[in-house]
Amino acid sequence: MADASMTKPAPRVLGPISRTDVVIYQGASGDFEPMHHDEPFAKAAGMPAPIVVGMYPAGAMCAWASDWLGPERVRKSWVRWRAPVWPGDTLTIDGEITGTTDVQLPDGTTQPRLQVAVQCTNQDGAVVLQGTMDFAVAGSESVQ
Amino acid sequence: MVDKRAEGNVGVPFQVHIERGKIAEFSRAIAAEHPDHHGGERPVVPATFLTSMFHWERGRQGANPWSTVQMSKARGMHASQEYEFFGPPPRDGDVLNAQSRIDRIFEKQGRRGGSLTFVEMVTDYRDAAGTLVARAKMTAVETAKPAGGDGETKDG
Repeated sequence: MADASMTKPAPRVLGPISRTDVVIYQGASGDFEPMHHDEPFAKAAGMPAPIVVGMYPAGAMCAWASDWLGPERVRKSWVRWRAPVWPGDTLTIDGEITGTTDVQLPDGTTQPRLQVAVQCTNQDGAVVLQGTMDFAVAGSESVQ
Repeated sequence: MVDKRAEGNVGVPFQVHIERGKIAEFSRAIAAEHPDHHGGERPVVPATFLTSMFHWERGRQGANPWSTVQMSKARGMHASQEYEFFGPPPRDGDVLNAQSRIDRIFEKQGRRGGSLTFVEMVTDYRDAAGTLVARAKMTAVETAKPAGGDGETKDG
């Protein structure tokens, strides 16, 4: 736990989120749901604007933690949406290491995991997204 | 409205080719800056990258069993999403055999009254030897009346 890479990075600001940011994400992900980019479609459905696709901030939130602890060590990510995100919102991504745990793999072996809690807060201070991630502990198994 | 008979429905297997171009595009879209996504011999995928299976299941009729659930678009939303890797995450050049299933449909009482119907779709990703390398679990919820949430009901 003492190595320099464990020093937590600064929170990451995502936004203000533009419609273009959403379109870039939707093209990359293959989720072409019009509710997230088609203004007339979203308004006809009763939305004030196209709602930001939830997996976009979810992906950015998990990327903040994996940029820190190493993407090859990611073993689990879990995210839950708490409130909608709209174009123009600015999210702040932050998190912390919460502990370690042992998990049993499908082959019956047990491996230690570093657990990280992550969250996205909007410009009004509301937590719109929260999650947990598990990372392989350095040296405990092959990370390549 | 959710058709509870959809529980247990299984999609047609489909292949997912992990490629460096898509990894780079996806990584830029979510501001994933780690050099292991962008260079080296075999770039590694970001934690939520397997959501891009949309591109691969689209070409395979019946790959996504989600439509059989018949969740209301107005009252349904993506509640949570999980990706689990049983070793290092996939890298450029990996070819995964994927299959989705409607794993579980269950009800809970909402805090503000009214029943909530949860649906879990699980997608397993195996390598050529049949070893499970990744598992995605999408949980969507249908409320008794229209709700906000993130507005999507069909992610994987």
